[in-house]
Amino acid sequence: MIDVLDYVMLFFLAATAIGIVRLRGLIAVVMLSGIYSLLAASLFVILDAPDVALTEAAVGVGAATVLMLGTVALTTREEKPVRFRPLPLVVVVVTGIVLIYGTLSLPPFGAADVPARLHVSPLYLAEGYEQTGVPNIVTAVLASYRGFDTLGEVVVIMAAGVGVIALLAGRRSGQGEKGE
Amino acid sequence: MDFVSNFATHYNYWLVIVLMMTGFYLVISRPNMVKQLIGLSLFQASVFILYISFAYVADGTAPILAEGQEIYANPLPHVLILTAIVVGIATTAVGLALVVRIHRAFGTIEENEIQDMGRHS
Repeated sequence: MIDVLDYVMLFFLAATAIGIVRLRGLIAVVMLSGIYSLLAASLFVILDAPDVALTEAAVGVGAATVLMLGTVALTTREEKPVRFRPLPLVVVVVTGIVLIYGTLSLPPFGAADVPARLHVSPLYLAEGYEQTGVPNIVTAVLASYRGFDTLGEVVVIMAAGVGVIALLAGRRSGQGEKGE
Repeated sequence: MDFVSNFATHYNYWLVIVLMMTGFYLVISRPNMVKQLIGLSLFQASVFILYISFAYVADGTAPILAEGQEIYANPLPHVLILTAIVVGIATTAVGLALVVRIHRAFGTIEENEIQDMGRHS
């Protein structure tokens, strides 16, 4: 059952991605990228990651789409047509083949006895509730065991906010000053 | 090659790599900067899916402790990706602000047109 859902979601994701490559109207492309994030969030639910799905739905579908729509409204709504050049396609295909070759040494999808599950995560699952009192282990790790990581994340957000303000609030100069 | 025999166990990774490469193609083939940033976020979302695929365990459930449940998905990649999603939107926001600024300065967001300006003046 999970396999079928997984296939269907990945197929929809691929269809959306191809739509994003082919369309030139930027508003439609932004909408499709929101749909892509929503499909990714659904896939996270299927893959037993509800916390990640909620964050992706809020951030990827909500915040990112709003920011991109704002940028499109401030700049231009249509991508100019480009001549097809073969080099990027070749680079992408070669990179993809190399990556797929690399996955051959990975453990099978859904296996339980993989190296990544043998070190700290069983410890979190076994002792997380006693040590933190939070039954949701993702929250326990995020807020308690790795609280400093989350603090660093907040610092990154603040730095990005300061950067955006510094970029956009400066005195306007130069040509091409159109709209707000 | 043993690609065919590996498909049943690795198809998830391979399809995610296809998605990743679609984003990569947008980044390197399009001169439009909004499209490049959208390609970057496609790539990013695909990397997230790859990580969550690593965490998935067949017959397991979400890592929220419950009575009578023995197998849970690996919580560590979930935590890493939660952080990565938030950091990703922060970098995207800075990139989009740069695009708006470039549009103010040059009147275009097509990379090749900006390069041509430098060449002709």
